[in-house]
Amino acid sequence: MVTVNIDGKDIQVPKGMNIIEAAKLAGKEIPHYCYHEKLSIAGNCRMCLIEMGMVQKDRETGKVITDDEGKPQVRWMPKPAIGCGTNASDGMHIKTNSETAKNCQNGVMEFLLINHPLDCPICDQAGECRLQEFATDYGRGYSRFVEKKVVKPKRTVLGPRVTLDDERCILCSRCIRFCKEIVDDDVLGFVDRGSYSTLTCYPGKKLENNYSLNTVDICPVGALTSTDFRFKMRVWFLKRTKSICTESSVGVNTTVFSREGQIYRITPRQNDEVNDTWMSDSGRALYKEVEAENRLRRFQCKGSSISSSEALIRFKEIVATGETAYVGSSHMSVEEQYLLKKLTELHKGPVYWLQHIEEGDGLLISSDRTPNMRGALLTGLIDNLPGDDLKALGQKIDAGDIKNLVVYHEDVLKAGLTEEQIKKVNVLYLGTHVNETSKRALIEIPTLTAFEKSGSFINQQFRLQKFSQAIPGPAGILPDINVLTRIITLLMGSDDTVTSLDLIWQRMKEEIKEFSEVSFRGMPETGVLLDKSRFEHIKFPEGKTLHYEPKNR
Amino acid sequence: MAAPETKIILKHADNEGYDNSIDCYMKHGGYEVLKKALKSKPEDLVQEVIDSQVRGRGGAGFPAGTKWKFIDYKSGKPVYLICNADESEPGTFKDRQIMYKDPHQLIEGMMITAFATKCKLAFIYIRGEMFNGARILERAIAEAREKGFVGDNIGGSGYSCDIIVHRGAGAYICGEETGLIASLEGRRAYPKIKPPYFPAVMGLYDCPTIVNNVETLCHVKHIVDIGGKEFAKIGTPNNTGTRIWCVSGDVQKPGYFEYPCGAITLGELIYDVCGGLYPGRALKAVIPGGSSAKVLRADERYQGKLRDGTEFDWSINDVPLDFDSIAACGSMSGSGAIMIMDDTRDMVEALANINSFYAHESCGQCTPCREGSLWMKKITNRMIHGKARKEDADLLYEISKQIEGRTICAFGEACAWPTMSFVSKFKEEFEAKAEGDDAPKGEASQSKKDSDYSLI
Repeated sequence: MVTVNIDGKDIQVPKGMNIIEAAKLAGKEIPHYCYHEKLSIAGNCRMCLIEMGMVQKDRETGKVITDDEGKPQVRWMPKPAIGCGTNASDGMHIKTNSETAKNCQNGVMEFLLINHPLDCPICDQAGECRLQEFATDYGRGYSRFVEKKVVKPKRTVLGPRVTLDDERCILCSRCIRFCKEIVDDDVLGFVDRGSYSTLTCYPGKKLENNYSLNTVDICPVGALTSTDFRFKMRVWFLKRTKSICTESSVGVNTTVFSREGQIYRITPRQNDEVNDTWMSDSGRALYKEVEAENRLRRFQCKGSSISSSEALIRFKEIVATGETAYVGSSHMSVEEQYLLKKLTELHKGPVYWLQHIEEGDGLLISSDRTPNMRGALLTGLIDNLPGDDLKALGQKIDAGDIKNLVVYHEDVLKAGLTEEQIKKVNVLYLGTHVNETSKRALIEIPTLTAFEKSGSFINQQFRLQKFSQAIPGPAGILPDINVLTRIITLLMGSDDTVTSLDLIWQRMKEEIKEFSEVSFRGMPETGVLLDKSRFEHIKFPEGKTLHYEPKNR
Repeated sequence: MAAPETKIILKHADNEGYDNSIDCYMKHGGYEVLKKALKSKPEDLVQEVIDSQVRGRGGAGFPAGTKWKFIDYKSGKPVYLICNADESEPGTFKDRQIMYKDPHQLIEGMMITAFATKCKLAFIYIRGEMFNGARILERAIAEAREKGFVGDNIGGSGYSCDIIVHRGAGAYICGEETGLIASLEGRRAYPKIKPPYFPAVMGLYDCPTIVNNVETLCHVKHIVDIGGKEFAKIGTPNNTGTRIWCVSGDVQKPGYFEYPCGAITLGELIYDVCGGLYPGRALKAVIPGGSSAKVLRADERYQGKLRDGTEFDWSINDVPLDFDSIAACGSMSGSGAIMIMDDTRDMVEALANINSFYAHESCGQCTPCREGSLWMKKITNRMIHGKARKEDADLLYEISKQIEGRTICAFGEACAWPTMSFVSKFKEEFEAKAEGDDAPKGEASQSKKDSDYSLI
């Protein structure tokens, strides 16, 4: 740790930390465009110019020279220095809001705006645009430019999901550095020279890697835009909800933007332990499943709609008639898995589980394509890795041991059961979308997607992470925890229908030892690392991703 | 009368019967200094260069010996030598004389430098437009290699170093040392931020690199020949050795002339050596160091104190030609390109011409230079086409102050200083543009002082 003096106040910062971060620690903002925490230093926007000086030390003794009042004498650099490129060292003095620094900020702001098109009314970035924000906070406030602005291509399609507006580009090179350093897909670059510099894709190539929309997130202006979100909604109307991506067991932290019950886009949320500030494109597209064609919207019995209370009563009656097998899902939240476990204890039956393994991409999509397989391990539903198919269940059905089959969110026909086997049992399906299993189900109970409920998942690091409800589910659909609790209370013969996440957690903390120290409400933003010692013997399938091993265990 | 030229570098170049072959060079004592250097210790050679106090001839004037001392030998990475033959500063044409007419002098200087700084490989980065120069250099290197002065086991000493000639592709910014290094690596010529990318520590391929100008490397040969302290006697303290001055513009006999630093004044150069101005014309302005240097106004009096404390009071004709004197007058000697302008020259048009060059050559990496250079060009272009406004002069000055010192490389200063100096020294011409016959003639009711343009 070294002592740096920022605007007259001494603070302790780690040695070598750059000045923008050091100023953040001191509570000051140094405006910047091209600097990004997770990318290399470019130093080309010149917005973070600050005055820098070093204390003068006596050459021989090494002691700091002080003036009459005892304050150390500072030798200020003749030219302003960039904050992102300057590393903190002992005795450094920084001025972020002196006359010179303010002059620099005014100047650079003016330069950025002279060729910038007057697109605010039609630009997607309005409301979250760093040019707008810094122009109000650090700009001169009026323009002196009366010439003609530089004209560049306006609607270049860089790839299937990204559209580029070259005139708005401030040539910060964040997108180029991201594609080169994080994704290792070096397709973006500048062509032409000077003020006519233009961002393009390498000739013949497209920006089509599965992380292309991150460039839209990091672009400080509205140059790179998401083709999916373009012109759809103004960002200040959107409500932000913290959520977790369900694409894989990485558990990428996301923010869901919605308005009046409709989701407009998903962006990554910063979590340095899990996903830094990135997210995959395929994960962002998951919000489309909410309004998909094959969404299960009604409680049905033998194909005809019934009310929710009736459906649950019939569910209980059928389950109570005989041996019931359960097929659970790793898409369920921890709380739902706990309730399913209670159900299997109350009405005993074999529990089967499926794994969904595909090749991981080494970055933010792990090979386990479900968000919460470890939740099933912790709640005791399974005690080892799930299998690939349900052949064992099929044998039991053929042997006549199973009368009812509760299927949660899976398609058992794809997992090895045959049509004949299905016909032999009463299928009770709970899920969000229609599939081949649900079509053959006796009772179909619609459930909510991860956007429409709250809960938690446990990711590949055994990190417990919370997600919140962003939009209400389709009319009439009950949250999963209510459905499962109701089935349980019906089986117990009570009329109690009350449940909540807090109540469930109260009980989970008592029964599951890894949760005993966890506070659901008070969980930190970055999640809670759980004790995985009970499962050390299991060879988990995930390989390396961005942060497979957590930084601090 | 002016002293006669002291030709050290250009001793043979323009002589009758001298050609750029190695035989001719060796007939005139060529490569003897290299043979002598190979018998010395590299550290001693570096010390000679430090003792000579020779300053870089590329424009910055940084002491070459001090630059060599910064090389990071501790990292264990190979050291590279790059000869900056990009010569793109407007008005400069001295390096091409050396390369076209006496290339072996450059090669010998480079080999001595490479040996002294323990380089693994040397490069000559020559501007793309000099394709004949590249051919001449390659032929000369091949000749030298044949005779064992370049390549493996030079002169039997056990030291090996080859020279690769690399052609540029028409960019002024490739004359900037880190831009040159980027271009040599095959990437876009974007200069790098310093710190941490000082070439002596992290240069070509992130290895320690020395970048020196053609003329500087030729001086190294002469320093090793006569010894550093002897060399330091030429010229004046801190301004040692000879310099080749390129004179162009409104003189009767433009050309290139080699003089010891401080041996000749500007007036002597213009009137005695270059035949003076055309009849009936008076001197108006002189740009003493390539278009990046600040302009000197002819009717101004230059007063102040030199580095050693002596006071001076000069007219423009009295300014001695070296590094420090021109710097004391508020400009810089830069690359040694002196551009003379007489009273038929319109300063606004001259500045418009200069701004067009810088706007075209800006690499576009950092905001102030990229946007500012084009903005200044647009303003001066508008002014010379009859739409000048009264406030344009101050606006130009303020824009140039916003660029200077805020950029990644010295191009910011290079494009800002012409505007800054022209507007501050010839302000009356800029303001007159808004009022003169060139001013837009609006409706009868519109006063002559209003322009068609107004602030947004």
